[in-house]
Formats: sequence, C-alpha cells, structure tokens
Amino acid sequence: MSHYDSYVTDVLVIGAGLAGERAAVEAATQGLNVIILSLVPPRRSHSSAAQGGMQASLGNTAMGKGDSPDVHFMDTVKGSDWGCDQDVARLFVNTAPTAVREMAHWGVPWTRVTMDKKIYDGKEIYEDPEKVGLIAARNFGGTAKWRTCYTADGTGHTLLYTMDSMVLKLGITVHDRVEALSLIHDDEQCYGAVVRCLRSGDLRVYTAKTTVIATGGYGRLYGASTNAIINEGSGMALALDTGVVPLGNMEAVQFHPTGIVPSWILITEGARGDGGYLLDKNLHRFMPDYEPVKKELASRDVVSRRIMQHIRDGYGVESPYGEHVWLDIRHLGAKHINTNLREIANICKNFRGIDPVTDLIPVRPTQHYSMGGVRTNIDGQAYGLRNLFALGEAACWDLHGFNRLGGNSLAETVVAGKIVGHQIARYTKEVSPDVKFSLMEEHLHQQVDRVKRLQSCQDGTENVYQLRREMEGILSRNVGIFRSEGPLQEAVSALHDLYERSLHIGLRGGGQGGDPELGAALRLPGMIRLAYCIALGALAREESRGSHFREDFPKRDDENWLKRTLAYWPPGADSPVLQYEPVKITESPPGDRGYGESSRASATDKPR
Amino acid sequence: MENRAVLLPQTNRDDWGENMMHARTLTIRIMRYNPAEPETKPYLQDFQLTEEPGMTLFVVLNKLREEQDPTLRFDFVCRAAICGSCGMLVNGKPTLACKTLTKDLPETTTLLPLPVFKLIGDLSVDTGVWFRDVSLRTESWIHTDTVFDPDAEEERMDNDVAQKIYEAERCIECGCCIGGCATANIKPNFIGAAGVNRVARFMLDPRDQRTDREYLELVGTDDGVFGCVGLMACDDNCPVGIPLRDQLAYVRRKMAQSAWNLGKTK
Ligand SMILES: Cc1cc2nc3c(=O)[nH]c(=O)nc-3n(C[C@H](O)[C@H](O)[C@H](O)COP(=O)(O)OP(=O)(O)OC[C@H]3O[C@@H](n4cnc5c(N)ncnc54)[C@H](O)[C@@H]3O)c2cc1C
Ligand code: SF4
Ligand code: SF4
Ligand code: FES
Repeated sequence: MSHYDSYVTDVLVIGAGLAGERAAVEAATQGLNVIILSLVPPRRSHSSAAQGGMQASLGNTAMGKGDSPDVHFMDTVKGSDWGCDQDVARLFVNTAPTAVREMAHWGVPWTRVTMDKKIYDGKEIYEDPEKVGLIAARNFGGTAKWRTCYTADGTGHTLLYTMDSMVLKLGITVHDRVEALSLIHDDEQCYGAVVRCLRSGDLRVYTAKTTVIATGGYGRLYGASTNAIINEGSGMALALDTGVVPLGNMEAVQFHPTGIVPSWILITEGARGDGGYLLDKNLHRFMPDYEPVKKELASRDVVSRRIMQHIRDGYGVESPYGEHVWLDIRHLGAKHINTNLREIANICKNFRGIDPVTDLIPVRPTQHYSMGGVRTNIDGQAYGLRNLFALGEAACWDLHGFNRLGGNSLAETVVAGKIVGHQIARYTKEVSPDVKFSLMEEHLHQQVDRVKRLQSCQDGTENVYQLRREMEGILSRNVGIFRSEGPLQEAVSALHDLYERSLHIGLRGGGQGGDPELGAALRLPGMIRLAYCIALGALAREESRGSHFREDFPKRDDENWLKRTLAYWPPGADSPVLQYEPVKITESPPGDRGYGESSRASATDKPR
Repeated sequence: MENRAVLLPQTNRDDWGENMMHARTLTIRIMRYNPAEPETKPYLQDFQLTEEPGMTLFVVLNKLREEQDPTLRFDFVCRAAICGSCGMLVNGKPTLACKTLTKDLPETTTLLPLPVFKLIGDLSVDTGVWFRDVSLRTESWIHTDTVFDPDAEEERMDNDVAQKIYEAERCIECGCCIGGCATANIKPNFIGAAGVNRVARFMLDPRDQRTDREYLELVGTDDGVFGCVGLMACDDNCPVGIPLRDQLAYVRRKMAQSAWNLGKTK
C-alpha cells in the first residue's frame, strides 16, 4: 500500500480535549500552523464531562477569603503526598488565577458571587458586597479554602465549548474521528504520527516539526471507571512504544469516592463540597469518626480508603453489585439540588431511577484519574525524544504526585495548555523540518502490516473483547485501592501472559473500513502494556503514598521512596523496565498531611 | 448530633433485582448500512438478547457487538448523557441511546440512525461535522475588541446573566432536535433549533459586542430563524431540556425587531 493521504504541519496536537485545544490555541496565536487530531468531535472529548470545577486562588468568596497561590501550593503538595514536582506546582498555582480569568474573557459563564442566602454545615455564609459579580468558588476536598471555580453543574462542558470556540475563531484545522496509531520517530526525534481514519479505515501520515500528546487518561483499563469509554490511554501507549520515552508514576491511580452503583458514572465531589454526607448501612454518618476535621472532604485517596475500610468492617450496604455506602444530599433541598447539582439529579433519575431530593444514592469508590503518564519536564517536553511534548491527563508533568486534588485537573489542562503551548510555539520556531521519507514509509508499513495480519488472522484467533475483559478484571481485583505483594505478583504474571496472547488476536468480523473490532484489536496490546506498567510499578513500590496504598507497607517511606517511577518498554521486550528519579522538593519538605492515616491515632487532631 | 442522619429516606429503594425472575428476551431491530459498500442496500437486522437489571441501550449495543456482530457501528463516548454522541431514533423518537433504559422499551425495539446527518455506518452519523459547520456559519464565539489583561481583576457579571448564558450553552450537540425537525429534513442548510439556540447564547452575552443588525445578517434568513415552521418537535426532543421554544421565540422576536428598525432607517 503506497497510496495514502499525508499532511504536513508545524504542530500536530493529538487530542482535542481541554489540554490539547488550549495548547493549540497558544501555538496558533503565535503564528504557527496547527492540526488537531481527535477520536471524536472535539466537544465530545472527556473534558466536557467534568462537572465540579477548576481550582484557582481568586479568593472572591467569603469562605475563600485570604486564599493565595501559596495556600493553593501547600494544598497541592500535601494532596500529592509530597510526590509532585514542586517547581511545577509553584508555576501552576501562580498561573491558575490568570488562566481562569482568561477563560472568562473568552466566554465561560462562570458562576458569580451573589448576596443570596447560603447555609453551609448549619452556618450562614455572608459574602462581601464588594465582591458581588466576581467569579465564585465552591468547596472541594483536600483544600484549606473554597477555591473551586465552577459554572453551575457544567464546568468542563462550558470550558471545552469556549475553548473550542477559540479553535474555530482562529481557524485551526481539526481532524475528528481519527486515531493516532504510532509516532514516527528514530532514536532521537519525533516527526509526527501514523493515523487511522475511523470513518474509512484508511491510514494517513502526519508529519510535523512538533508533536504533542494530549490524549487524556487511561481509566478504561479498569472495567469500572468514571471515565468515558474512549479513555483508553492510547497516547501514553504510543509514547511507551517508542522504547525511549518513559511513563512516570503509572502506579498512581486515583479512585473517586463516589461512583454510582452499578454504572459507575461519577457523582461529582461538588455533592460533598456543597454539604453531602456519606452514610453506612445503619444510616450513620461515618466520615467524622475517621476524619474529624475534614470529614467527607479529606482528599480523595483518604475518603476512598475510609469507605472501603468501613465496608470491610461490616458496615456496607449489600447489593447484587457488591457492597456500597450511601451518599445523602437530601438536606440540601430541592432548589439547590435541581440547579447547582442538577447533573447529579439527572444521573440518579436516568441511570438509577431515584430522586436525590428524597432518596439516598448508592456509591462506591471507582477508578477516576490517571496521575501517571508521559513523563515531561516543566516545559512539557517528553523525556527521551526531541520534538515531542505531552500535557493534560496524558502527561506526568508532575503536578499531582500520588494524588490529584479535585479541581486541579481541569486547572492543569488550561494552565499547562497556556504554559506548555507557549514553549511549544517557542521551540517549534527553532526546528527545521527534516522528515526522512524512508522513516515515514517504515512506520506506515508497520501499521499496514499489523492491519493485514489482524484481518487475515495470521497470528492467531484470540478474541480481542475477551482479552480485554481479562485485563480489566486483573487490574480491578488485584491493583485497586488496597494493594499487597501476593495479588500484585499475581497481576504481573497474569498480565505477562495476557500480553503474549494479545499478540495473537485475530478478527472475527473481517475488519474492513472503519471497523470497530479492528480499532479495538490495534489498541489492546498497548493497553495491556500500560496495565503491566501500573501493576509492576505498584509491586515495586514498597510504601504507601497518596492513592498507592500497600497493606504490607502502610507507611510513607521518604527515605527510600521519595522518588518517581519511570517505566520504559524497550523495543521488542516482553515486559517493562523500571527506573527511578528523585522528586524535586523546593519549598515544602515532606510532612504530615493533616488528614488520612497519620491522623487515625489521634482523633483529636487540631484543625490546621 | 451532627454525626447522625436525622432524616430518614422516604424510600430506601432497594429495587436492584427489579424482579428479573422472568427476564424478557428483547428483539433489537437495527438498520444496517455501510456507505463504503453501496451495492448492499440498507436493511433491518434483528438481534436477540436477554434483558438484565438496569440495562441501557449502551449496554445492549456493546453486548451485541462483542458477542454477536463485531462489525456493528454506533457511537458512545460518555455513556452518561453528557457528550451528545449517541443520538438515534429509538422506535422513531430521536433520543440518547445511553440514557434509554430497556425497562421502558417494548419487547421489540427498532433503532435507526438520526436522519439529516451524514451516515457513517449503521447507527453512526456525522453530527460533529454538521455542528462544526453551523458554529462556523453563525460565528459562534465571543466577538470583542477588548484585549485580555492578565493582571486585571475579571470583569464583573451578574450571576443571573451568567445563569442565562449557561442555560443556552448546555446544548450537547446531540442532534435530536435536528433529526426530528421537519424543516431540517428538507432544507440542508437550515441551522435548526440547536443553531438558533447557539445564537441566542451569544446574544445574551454582554461580552459579545455584535449588534442586532450583525446577528440579523447571520440568522435572519430562511436557513436561519425564519426557516422554522414552529411545530416544536425540537422542544419535546431535547434530552437536556433546553427550552427551545422560548429560545426560538426570543431570537425571532429580536430579529423581527431589528429587521423592522432596519426598514425604518433605510
Ligand atoms: C466524570 C469526570 C468528572 C471530572 N470532573 C472534574 C472536575 O470537576 N474538576 C477537575 O479538575 N477535573 C475533573 N475531572 C478530570 C478532568 O476532566 C480530566 O482530567 C481532563 O478533562 C482531561 O483533559 P485532557 O484534555 O487531558 O483529556 P481529554 O479531555 O480526555 O481529551 C483527550 C482527547 O484526546 C483524543 N485522543 C485520545 N487518544 C487519541 C488517539 N490515539 N488519536 C487521536 N486522538 C486521541 C480524544 O479524542 C480527546 O479529544 C473529571 C473526570 C471525570 C472522568
Ligand atoms: S419548531 Fe422550528 S426548529 Fe423546531 S422542529 Fe419545528 S421547524 Fe424545526
Ligand atoms: S438543543 Fe437539545 S436536542 Fe438540540 S442538539 Fe442541543 S442538546 Fe441536542
Ligand atoms: S454517550 Fe454521551 S450522551 Fe450518550
């Protein structure tokens, strides 16, 4: 096959979520040619599903008074369990307020401060009349101040629609319904990507001075996830496949405390931020027993573990889908629920047939966010290959360390988009195009060959969907919230076998055109490689930090493990190789988070 | 004591089982067509499967693809009624498949792709391209001369105004209002209720400096707001409950006013 479409551009952005589009806007504003690729129309990217909000220390609301980038910094570092890069965290918190205001300038209808009567936790809140009309904020877990800016129940939606309106305005080229299959690269540089059109099945070649991975998270490696079904980590897999680009901290997987049972759709943290309770089978509000200060609003890793611990202790509510607890927001009242938390009301009605104004919501911790990803430096440049950048959930910029704070991820997408986008523009202007034709052909033919082998069942007849279910099961059972050596060891060897089997997939449906089974089959080996990195990283890390909790090593171990995992997949290897690098500590030496296991002993901990 | 839940739930709905003792066998009748193989005309294919508790069409279609026909094409992204990917005709009504529970469906259900949009294959249609084109034609972005000042406090906005903008911005571009619209089905360039609603969103926004006259040029045509014949199928079909009837009336009123003013000054 030598007939294929090819495209040339300055900057190729793989991913049209908030991170990819924000970076594209920055690069295009600075005069560069940009093409954005996306599996789906940009506005359907998973960023649109974020309801809760985005953190920035504007400090406009009464409960946010006295907030500053410094306070935001400490919350972020503590949340990360000192696993984040503090230079990145500093840059991020300092830029977030500007980024939020810029989004306002572009059109986001942020919820604003009003003098309407507000009751929180039984107390009335009085806003400063001087602040009326400025951008408001709500409460989110793990934060000392109310800092989460939001648009009613649709923050991600309005951010993404506004961002995409800028993409339209700037006339940036978007190719939707395409999937990047591999990066065109040699040992030193990246030159673009081989891409499959999901409409026709045709392969294409995109060459670029700079290639950017902004493909979002890998939630769907776990069967039960709050993520959209397209969040399969394919951008991370592309980077790993190069053999020279490492993935950072893949074992750091966030579980959100409140996925609704059994469709695992997210009930946003806004529900607890606005005053919701968690109840056990006796309708007892149990979080204050464990976390007297932050209660339901300790950081996510902590709340998720507390719920699972409480369930293990026999207080879970039984159901055919496993035990769960209740989320109770009835006391917030119909008006509040049907405006500020309307999306929750809709989810409850549509997918569970209940009304949260009168009913309790069944919830359980569910896979939610990928802290790990393509390891980059502070400018967003990937380790290992020149001309390759990554940002957003697909990257390990390392703002989140071992636990991301709610609201810090949307903020990361637009802040990193602004900062990394600027670096991309600066850097791309220096690059002279020197794409080697033979290299392009080689990478294209590798994919052509894969497609043919799958179509003709040349390598075997393994069923892609069956293998996929097995992968999901292994991760969910053995690499979940509570981890320990035995099950992790088991997961690693099961994934090892599964990876081998995934090289013998054969299609049952022929795989013509934009066939979905072929798409799944092309993707699965890369997904299993990611799963392998997660399991192996978790097995190796003999400590507990943030969301990574080892029952056999329940304490954080700064002496041995204040370091970041880097997972490589050497060319042709059958398993990943782990290396480590130090974590950058600049302002805040590791200490006590003020919530979580360390406060378990002393339930009388003083508020911070 | 605040640790106690004082309210007792009105219902403690443990209806998980939904009494699946007599699980139904569902027949799902799906339109099959691959535009890349025009020799094979569109046809309806029947699939059978056993109903499960809490089953949605998202679960149904994925099961069919994984267990019965791997070539079946359809679109889901969020599976939570947020992203607008999965609009289709379910027994003739345009709606989101992901939030359609099988318990609300008869034993035989027919699924057809949304009309108006370009067919990609089976139930998959190109809503994305359609909406992008309408957004471009209506210039759906904030038009302003003001330059962003990174050091300044944000401009104030009344929260009620913000809420009004948001109400219009909630459209998820699913195309249900378009698929069910008589005008859109015969007029290829009609921007439909969603397009008009999108324009309303910018008209309501004080940050957008466009004048009524400029809007008139964009949408005061038969492909715009004056193409609508007012049967209001769109209003019933919007899965996120955007008050399309009101939005259409608002834009029409403003455009009629502006056209009249224009006539006066001519
Ligand atoms: C239900 C839910 C609610 C959330 N709520 C919040 C919240 O309230 N606050 C908060 O801060 N965070 C929240 N998050 C997290 C946050 O939404 C995400 O981390 C963030 O939006 C990710 O943005 P992104 O741009 O990195 O990726 P995405 O928005 O996921 O975009 C990825 C893009 O990459 C494209 N893509 C992927 N692979 C390929 C490929 N191989 N080829 C071509 N294109 C590809 C996709 O089409 C898509 O356009 C939430 C997450 C979930 C799951
Ligand atoms: S009211 Fe207008 S836009 Fe709505 S369905 Fe009828 S013709 Fe279409
Ligand atoms: S207005 Fe409603 S029905 Fe029409 S596209 Fe938007 S969300 Fe869908
Ligand atoms: S899949 Fe997103 S709306 Fe149905």
